Amino acid sequence: MTRKFDSVVVGAGPAGMSAAIRMSGLGLSVLVVDEQPTPGGQIWRAAEAVAETRIGALLGNEYRAGAEVIARFRSCGAVYEPDSQVWQIEPGWRVFIKRGGQVEAVSADHIVIATGAQERPAPFPGWELPGILTVGAAQILLKTSGQVPSDPVWVAGSGPLPLLYMAQLLRAGGKIAGWLDTSPRNGWRHALPWVGTALLELSEIRKGIGWMREIRRGGVPRFRGVTSLRAHGVGRLQELEFTQLGQGARRVDATVLLSHEGVVPSIHMAQALGCTNRWDAQQACLAPVLDEWGQSTVKGVYVAGDGAGIGGAMVACIRGELVGLGIALHGGKIKPSTSASDAMPLRVQLHKLLRLRPMLDMLYPPRVEISSPSDDTIVCRCEELTAGDIRKACAIGSPGINQIKALTRAGMGPCQGRQCGYTVANIVASAKGQNVSEVGFYRVRPPLKPLTLGELATMSSEEESSKARYL
Amino acid sequence: MFKKLHEAGASTLTIYIDGEAIKAEPGETVAAVFLRQQNTVCRTTPVDESPRAPFCMMGVCFDCLAVVDGVASTQSCMVPVQQGMRVERQFGRRSVHP
Repeated sequence: MTRKFDSVVVGAGPAGMSAAIRMSGLGLSVLVVDEQPTPGGQIWRAAEAVAETRIGALLGNEYRAGAEVIARFRSCGAVYEPDSQVWQIEPGWRVFIKRGGQVEAVSADHIVIATGAQERPAPFPGWELPGILTVGAAQILLKTSGQVPSDPVWVAGSGPLPLLYMAQLLRAGGKIAGWLDTSPRNGWRHALPWVGTALLELSEIRKGIGWMREIRRGGVPRFRGVTSLRAHGVGRLQELEFTQLGQGARRVDATVLLSHEGVVPSIHMAQALGCTNRWDAQQACLAPVLDEWGQSTVKGVYVAGDGAGIGGAMVACIRGELVGLGIALHGGKIKPSTSASDAMPLRVQLHKLLRLRPMLDMLYPPRVEISSPSDDTIVCRCEELTAGDIRKACAIGSPGINQIKALTRAGMGPCQGRQCGYTVANIVASAKGQNVSEVGFYRVRPPLKPLTLGELATMSSEEESSKARYL
Repeated sequence: MFKKLHEAGASTLTIYIDGEAIKAEPGETVAAVFLRQQNTVCRTTPVDESPRAPFCMMGVCFDCLAVVDGVASTQSCMVPVQQGMRVERQFGRRSVHP
């Protein structure tokens, strides 16, 4: 028997949980599938177990707040299935899920993509060496393992996350060798027009200033205006090389480097379903085109949370609730007047919370070098292709991004272009003399997550027996 | 490369990496355990056989692949440790031959 739900939510982070809570409250049957073992997404990862511990305390109040949302989610009535990956969604909708070596197809009237964000791939020469991780990875290790770098760690990049992680690491007694700050020195000048509106979100700004103070008090050496980052080592990271404005290149010993250049929406599932994505110039990434209820250009497919555009956990919760209301409205569970009046306070709050974003985007733009890496930089980590390889392929008849994929195998490895998509798009754009918004993205095909033949084979039995009944 | 902030508690369990018994804690992933080892490399790549270690810890990059309980190319950052779990580093290209 195929299980049927009013709505299937992919992802149990802030957005997915909030959408599920709202929809269950309005009488919809909801299935939430998530690939992690516990709810919370990346931001609230392991929050149920960790929030009340010493590590929960050093992670901060924003993290601990997740436990309350998770508790409400657990008791909301939605069917929650962890350790489960969605690898294909077919029109109609049939959602293909794998779990514990088995594949199941469930059917649903509405799909909610709440797959969140990923860290923006930030290639530089040597970034594939063991010893180099993302800042997000280090924070996940702190949340799920109570684990910190054993030697003084280098942190390279820009954006709020490195500041937060450095503050958390110092609270945990960790040591920071140096902060290679890649944010532009004139960032404040560009951000100035947005400061006025951002100041209305004073508590958020205070938080950032607090982290900066902790970092300064911790005596972290800050290297400003860092460019030309390069990692050296045989078999693992041993040395870092970088340049600061007006100074020559310098080399330092290093065993661990954490790198971060902001986060971007996870667009693979929306892309595979044929939803229209637009280029967001300010955040330098693609984001799905959505209506006021978070519905994409494909009817019945909704996107909530950071996957709809980067806004953070609180914004994700509100977007999740709005999607929940939208689905209840379109599914005939509530009247337009009810959905409008219930949505009103949510929209007001959403508007308020998003006031901070333009200033952050201007303060922490992704550094220019990651979109035009040097020829010797690996851009496709899976197929080990360098920027030079891609540029060489671009010289053959001015191909588009999907032809580059066919010519070079960039984006055909197991990560399916999650690490190289934007970099290759930028290289293609510059070779063609186009704007990156015109280049688009790889065509994304199922399976969206790797699948063994054995797993695929588990599915056939039921479908075959149903076929047999009709013969 | 990484270390625990706390002493191993009573709830520790044992997993095996390339046959060597290693202590781990419930709730953490195989990739987190790799990052505590002297040798954090979990695989070499199929193309150039260059060494890789866990990188993103959230299932996006596929650099943490390893053989977990006999299943090759498993994302070790997505697999919570289990008592007695057998993990092997994975070298080069996979084959359909056992």
